[in-house]
Amino acid sequence: MAEEYKSIKEEIHLPYKWALGPVFTKFFENFKEKKIMGTKCPKCHRVLIPARRFCPRCFVDTDEWVQVSNEGTVRTWSLVNFEYSGQVKKPPYVQGLIDLDGADTALAHFIGGIDLSDLEKVPEQVKIGMRVKARWKENREGNILDIEYFEPKEEL
Amino acid sequence: MAEEYKSIKEEIHLPYKWALGPVFTKFFENFKEKKIMGTKCPKCHRVLIPARRFCPRCFVDTDEWVQVSNEGTVRTWSLVNFEYSGQVKKPPYVQGLIDLDGADTALAHFIGGIDLSDLEKVPEQVKIGMRVKARWKENREGNILDIECFEPI
Amino acid sequence: MTDRVGIVAVAQIGHDYAVDKNLREICYEVTKDILSQVEMEREDLGTIISSSSDHWQGISCSNSYYYEAIGAYLKNSSKAPEDSAFAFLYGMMRIMTGHFDTALVHAVTKGSEIPGVSTLTNLYADPFIQRPVGLDDVSTAALQAVEYMDRYKITEEHAAKVVAKNRGNGLNNPYALKERVSVEDVLKSQIMAYPLKKLDCAPSSDGTCALLLASEEKTRELTDNPVWIKGIGWEVDHTYFGDRDLLNGSLRKAAKRAYNMAGIEPKEIDVAEICEPYSFQELLWCEQLGFCPEGKGGKLIDEGVTEMSGELPVNPSGGVLSNNPYVARGLFRIVEGALQVMGKAGKRQVPDVETALAHSTHGFAGQLHSVIILEG
Repeated sequence: MAEEYKSIKEEIHLPYKWALGPVFTKFFENFKEKKIMGTKCPKCHRVLIPARRFCPRCFVDTDEWVQVSNEGTVRTWSLVNFEYSGQVKKPPYVQGLIDLDGADTALAHFIGGIDLSDLEKVPEQVKIGMRVKARWKENREGNILDIEYFEPKEEL
Repeated sequence: MAEEYKSIKEEIHLPYKWALGPVFTKFFENFKEKKIMGTKCPKCHRVLIPARRFCPRCFVDTDEWVQVSNEGTVRTWSLVNFEYSGQVKKPPYVQGLIDLDGADTALAHFIGGIDLSDLEKVPEQVKIGMRVKARWKENREGNILDIECFEPI
Repeated sequence: MTDRVGIVAVAQIGHDYAVDKNLREICYEVTKDILSQVEMEREDLGTIISSSSDHWQGISCSNSYYYEAIGAYLKNSSKAPEDSAFAFLYGMMRIMTGHFDTALVHAVTKGSEIPGVSTLTNLYADPFIQRPVGLDDVSTAALQAVEYMDRYKITEEHAAKVVAKNRGNGLNNPYALKERVSVEDVLKSQIMAYPLKKLDCAPSSDGTCALLLASEEKTRELTDNPVWIKGIGWEVDHTYFGDRDLLNGSLRKAAKRAYNMAGIEPKEIDVAEICEPYSFQELLWCEQLGFCPEGKGGKLIDEGVTEMSGELPVNPSGGVLSNNPYVARGLFRIVEGALQVMGKAGKRQVPDVETALAHSTHGFAGQLHSVIILEG
């Protein structure tokens, strides 16, 4: 009989408090007014979402705040269907990268308003290139989840 | 007026499960019988507590299990009187390094049986060189806290 | 200064052995293995570099727990936490300074002890923008997969073929998972994050490995079967997932650096050990390593080029899909590459290997890549 060695368990709890700093503070304050703000790089002229202090490619301060649209195009997406400890949302749910009109970088967020009753049919409803629009929460607190998700927008 | 920047908070929970392996499994099984076992290095002949697979100095397998005493001498000590998140014990409490008779390395543990009502008087009660003895818990599970503390003899 | 740095000896411990052992003890055993191969004492080692992660260990200075188990008591030692390929690069650079003639490079991860790969990798994401929307190792790989499949018509079947190949190869590797998996098995396994199914994703393994690097002079003293480091390159991509071109990131540049340094073209590689924690990534990385044109990863696997019997076998060890001790997996690739060059890869040996490529990646969907070229 193989010897059985023991093990010990522990759940470690680590409370953190992270400073947003001036740029994220302003970025999220604008969420309260349902506005998504980017910052523009004076060198490459890209509008960066989320708004940020510097352009990581040109490595200079961004100097202009630019409002981008609440609407955009799905660059890529995925249907998450597994659970793990500490997960932010109970699966199944759809995530995606959204290219908002006016922004040169995409925003990662949830894609909602999808029928998840038959998971095999999800790829028929969510497509690269699909148009989506931000759905805002009623009570906004100034964080990324003030946007509940992005939902398909019917083109008229 | 200076601008106030915001912050966000989160408490992260991380559940782990660590394998003891053969040596620690045996070391702690012996705790259930109130025995503290060390392992001896065949090169430097030191008896190492906690028991371990190899001598870190000679870098060879230890080959002998040796029981050490439940009694020993305080090598150093400290009175902990501050709180922090995740702390194993509510302060104030005394910790120490105990040189158990027969062992060549000291064991870190709590020192109990000290009157903590007046913290300024603690250094009169706990001294380097003081003799102490393990106080075992009634219900032992096979871990380092099967020893409740070491108390003055 | 030394012109060349050689790999003199390698050692590994796989999941089946490691899983119920104490982390310190398996580190000790793999180090003793190296020392006995070269008949050295730990005192003789010049420097010791290890790679492990605090979060992957639940010890907030992971290597302080096992320093002495890798022989580091009163010796010169430090840690490269993110990726074990960095410990290798760091060890190599230390020898190149001329201050050390040997470097023990080590890595360890016990995947069975952690809260979970997704729990820990969700923490890679910043708390402001990406963590609250649930980005983690698996879901970001899935976002990359959807884009890859859409642009180049790579199919779930192409990806499943990678799994079947690598798990089949793993049967020949004493340190890897021994479970054959068919394309059918992969396609039927549970969806984790579309299009990734459970068998498209690497397991979470326990393992430790080590190798001994030495200066040119010392290498020739210690072995008559050296492996020389010919080229290295590594690059890191953006933090924000939406800033990146997921199909053309840092790997191409890292590979170019390594090939230029080695003075070779991709077609001169005889065997490659690459990190493919998600099946389709092997195809994408092969494209960016120059093993086939852009977008042709599906064709590569269809034509059997990367099979053991093909022109360029990829992952004869079974790859990360067969053995994934997360932080250590990069060093395992280098160890396997070295074994191929030495001709000591046993049943998984590819014939006539002169030049091997080893690759490591970490961060979301390959945020960072390292490429190492080895020659006999």
